[in-house]
Parts: sequence; C-alpha cells; structure tokens
Amino acid sequence: MIHLPVLKAADRKFQANPDNAPTEDIREELFQLEKEGELEVIRVPEPYMEVKTKFGRIKKIPVEKTWHHKSCGQCGHIPGYSTSIFWLNRAFGLDYYDPTDQTSCTAWNYYASATSNPEAQAAVAVRNFAAAHEVGYFPLIHCGTSFGHYKEVRHALVHQPELRRKVRKVMEKLGKKLVLPEEVVHYSEWVLAMKDRIAERQVVDMSNITATVHPACHYHKLIEEDAIYDSEIYGAQRTAIITGTLQALGVNVGDYSTWFDCCGFGFRHILVSRDFSRSFSVQRKIEVMMEEVNPDIVVTHDTGCVTTLDQSQFAGKAHDKKVGLPVISDSQLAAMAMGAHPYKVLQMHWHNTDNTKFMQKLGMDTDKLWAEFELETDKIKRGEKEFLTWEDAEK
Amino acid sequence: MGLDLSINKYADVSYDEKERLFEEAKSDDRWHHVLYGCYECGICVAACPSARFYDFSPRVIAQAVAREDVDLVYTLMNDSVWDCSQCFSCDRCPRQNSPGQIITVLREVAVRNGLQTAKDALEGYGRIIYKIMSTGSQVSPDMLQPDAFPDWGGHVKEISDNLDVWRKALPPETLHTTETGWVVDDKTIIELYLIWHMTGVMDLIEGIDEGLFMILVDVMEERLEEAGYDDITFD
Ligand code: SF4
Ligand code: SF4
Repeated sequence: MIHLPVLKAADRKFQANPDNAPTEDIREELFQLEKEGELEVIRVPEPYMEVKTKFGRIKKIPVEKTWHHKSCGQCGHIPGYSTSIFWLNRAFGLDYYDPTDQTSCTAWNYYASATSNPEAQAAVAVRNFAAAHEVGYFPLIHCGTSFGHYKEVRHALVHQPELRRKVRKVMEKLGKKLVLPEEVVHYSEWVLAMKDRIAERQVVDMSNITATVHPACHYHKLIEEDAIYDSEIYGAQRTAIITGTLQALGVNVGDYSTWFDCCGFGFRHILVSRDFSRSFSVQRKIEVMMEEVNPDIVVTHDTGCVTTLDQSQFAGKAHDKKVGLPVISDSQLAAMAMGAHPYKVLQMHWHNTDNTKFMQKLGMDTDKLWAEFELETDKIKRGEKEFLTWEDAEK
Repeated sequence: MGLDLSINKYADVSYDEKERLFEEAKSDDRWHHVLYGCYECGICVAACPSARFYDFSPRVIAQAVAREDVDLVYTLMNDSVWDCSQCFSCDRCPRQNSPGQIITVLREVAVRNGLQTAKDALEGYGRIIYKIMSTGSQVSPDMLQPDAFPDWGGHVKEISDNLDVWRKALPPETLHTTETGWVVDDKTIIELYLIWHMTGVMDLIEGIDEGLFMILVDVMEERLEEAGYDDITFD
C-alpha cells in the first residue's frame, strides 16, 4: 500500500452557510406534516445545547430528560460503553431514563440479512420513539447504526405518504401514535456538546496520550448533512465528532490517511464471514494507524467499530501484523478523564486488545484497580451481594 | 476464482424469470431514490471496502441496473450482493445513487424469492435472526462463546466462563441479563411480534429458512396467545 503524507492547511477554514445548503431542512418538513395532522413531533426538551451540522445548520442536543436507546452490541459485548454514558449523566446529576420498553433498532439484522422491509423497520423505530415520548423523555441513540438508520427512516417517513399510512396503521394496532423526533441525536453528539463541562471536571491528565479516531460510517455517511462539523476541527472538512471531545480533554489526535475507510464490520461479515472483517480492519485501519501515527489508543463511537477494530487484532497478531492498539469509545474515555473506575464503570476487561499499558501510561495502578473489582465480584460469587451497584462503583 | 459475469452463468434460468425479479426490485418505493443512472466513474469503488477484498464492484452493480441488463443483474443478485458490507461509503456517488441501497433492495428480492444463493449466504446466520425476532435484542452476552468466535482468542472463553458474575457486576440494573442485551418488557416483545405480523416480515423468513420460520411461529404464537391475541397466526 502507498502511504501518502497527510498535509494540513492549518489556517484554511470553510464557513458553511445554511442558506446555501444543497438539501432541504427535514425539520421544517416535519413541522409542516405535524400541522397537517400527519404525525406528531417530539420536541427537544429545554435546556438544550446547539451544535452545527455539515451545512452550518443548528442542531439541538438535549442536556437531560434523555431516553437512552441502548445498543444491543454495546450492552451485550462491550457493556462499559453504555455504562459510561449512564455514569456521565449521573456524574452531572442529570435526569435520564434507561428504558426496558425498548427493542434493538433491528438494523444490524436488516443490513446483514435483508430479512425485513422498510415498513417493519419504520414501525420498530416509531414504536421506540413512541415509548420514549409516552414517558416524557427524548430519545438519545447509543448505536451509530441505529442513529443512521433512524435518520433514514425519518427521511423515508417524511417523503413517502404511503409508508406513513402503513406505519400509522401498525401504530394504531399498538395503541400508539406516529411520532418522530425533531432531532435524531447520537450519544457522541451529546458527549461532544458536553465536552467543556467534562473537561472542567477532568481529574486524569491525558496530555501524554496520542489517539487516532475512527468516525463510524453510519454516523457521517448516512444522511450526511446531519453530522456535526466544526470549522475549528479539520477545517470542517470532516466530522468533528470524537476529535472535538478528545481535544477538549487534552488528548493529542493523530491523523492517518485511511480515516474515511470503514472498520470492516460488514454486519453479515462480522457474524458469519469474518475473514473480510479481520483483514480489512487490521490492514486498512490498525496497521495504517500504527505506521503513520503509532498512537496509544483508538477512539471510536459505535458498537461495530469498537468490536471489529478491537477483536480483529487477535488474528492479526497471529499473522505477525502490526497490531496491539486498545480500542475504546469516546464515552469511556470521557468518563475515564473524570475519574470513573476502569473496571467497575468502564468495564475495560470486556475489551480484547491489552489496554493495561494505556491505563498505566495515564498513571493508573491497574493491578490495584482490578483487585478492587475482584473484591466486588468475589462478594457476588459468595452470594454476599446480588449486584454491583452504582454506589459500589463509586467506592 | 473471480466473479463470472458471462451470460452462461445462469443460462438455465429463463429470461422471463430474471426479468420478473428485476421488475420486483424496480417496483420498490426506494428504487427511484437510490438510482438515477450511472456515470460509470468508479468513485463508489474507490470508497468501497468490499471492493478491496472481494472481486466486487458497486460500479458494476449500479451500471448493470442503470443499463437494465437483466441477465447481468440476475448474476449480481446471486453472486455479488452478499459481499457488500453495507457501510454506505458509496453514498458519495456524484450521480446521487446509493449503490449500497440498490444492493439492499436486490438482497430483499433475493430473500423474498428464496434464491439458493441467498440461503447459502445466510447459512449459519439463522440463530441471529431467531434472536432478534424473538427477543427484540439482536446481540446477547451469551453469544460470546469460544466456538462461535475462535478467531477472537482466549478472551472470549474468559468472558463466557465469567459471564454470570460479570453481568451482575454491571451497575445499570437493566444490564444484568445474559440472553438479551438488556431487560426487555413482555409488553414490548408482544408489540414487536405484532409488527412482524402486520408487516409481512415472516414471509421473508419462510422464503429463506422454513425450519427457522416454524420455530419462530411456535414461540411467537404461544406468547401472543398468552397476551390475549389468540386470533393471530402467521400462516
Ligand atoms: S454508482 Fe455513482 S459513483 Fe459509482 S460508478 Fe456510478 S456514478 Fe460513479
Ligand atoms: S455499501 Fe457496499 S457497495 Fe457501498 S461502499 Fe459499502 S461495501 Fe461498497
């Protein structure tokens, strides 16, 4: 592979003007449809934070009253990812809702197997939105694929009257309304919007750390105009997500030439055809990062990306590839910066590639911290306690 | 072996049948939002991860459907679409196509019509479909078994050996589960089954895996009946 040196035009900035946007503002169409009685819009609750998207439009990010649309892949296989998001909300004393009236978006399955259809996909999305609305909270989407997919669904429902009619009929049977959120918000947008508040509470110095960032395809390639861009970050030539958060925490972010490439997840491939996922992830992402930046950590913001980039390195090692980069989410890194326990909260032991050296570089005594976690699991094993609680996590 | 795009590849399938399937794809509501023609510029290929690994090209797919090459579309629907990793990097197409979504539609047609190649592509995937359709949570902690992920190393065994305790050592109360990603309410599952019922998704499953269809029907009809929906059947 040819590696091109990455040149940066440090002073060049592009200021996007929403009046020149090549796409329509879907929120205006949403409110128009609401006026016509076609659907109901779930408003972003106040107070909210304002960020800019690709064409300079303002996007509202709720501070609290968030309904956490969890990710099956995060909760199932990398649970510290979701736990960190909740921990951040708790650390700021924010009102959030962790629902049990929630299903997966089912988009992973759809993109893997096509054993669904647009009507079913839209109905699953609207059912979840309605569940959030019924309890008075606003959906905050944890998974990058759910986020991208829900934006596609919202787009389709706005533009296809027949699909609206079909989904409304399904919702009537469920005793629910056809509701759509004013904004589809990904948790990493919330983290980015909260970055200064997070930095104010930072207790772990991260200035000796270099990270590479992988933006998730379904975050910035699906309904691309709705991803966050910032003229201060990459001159607004790529999404500001993750990078903006890391820079606020003092992390040095290294650039690499294959940043636009996907992680190799593949939906179907990661489950039943992993030769593709492994090869792509190691050769087009991890090895390139190692050669061009040699970072301490890879930070990303989606279920599939953390999983693929992390798990694929085991086979890469067996093939003498340049691997050995721990992979975590921005929520975990943000919580880590604020002093969350790496095992009780960040649950770093669910990740595959060794991350102890990274934490030691940040000054953590990983043996001691692991022993603290084991003290809790021993109590669970002995039946002295049923679960590790939030209070235990703070000890 | 590379992709065989010769007209002989599926000479045993009639042109009418190939055309019927292509017309089914074209009648999808999304079709005219994801295909506007094709410059044949190859920009999609430059961005495509699957093109780097397989003998696969989103350009060839977009070109074939734009030119309405019925034979070629049939070959690609069988031998190519399942290589796509659905990342949508190809959405940067200057013709405003979405080759990835063209592929989604073609896959749906392949599944709905029970093409053998679709069944082959989804071999081993049935347990995932079962999980998502029956529990509402696609990925569960108990899927982390060493025999399912041998290439992820000894770490998977460590997790599966400690699964119960490690799940209980998660502070959020909703995450103490092993069979689902989180606690999902019974009422929520019932609503999901009603969605599957009303949107015809089970027909797709029947086309691709009859055994799986029957198992799912048993599970779903029983729970629906318990919830008072005894009039609902999936036949
Ligand atoms: S699908 Fe788009 S990007 Fe690909 S070759 Fe055709 S015009 Fe070019
Ligand atoms: S969606 Fe499919 S065709 Fe498009 S870039 Fe990704 S892998 Fe290639």
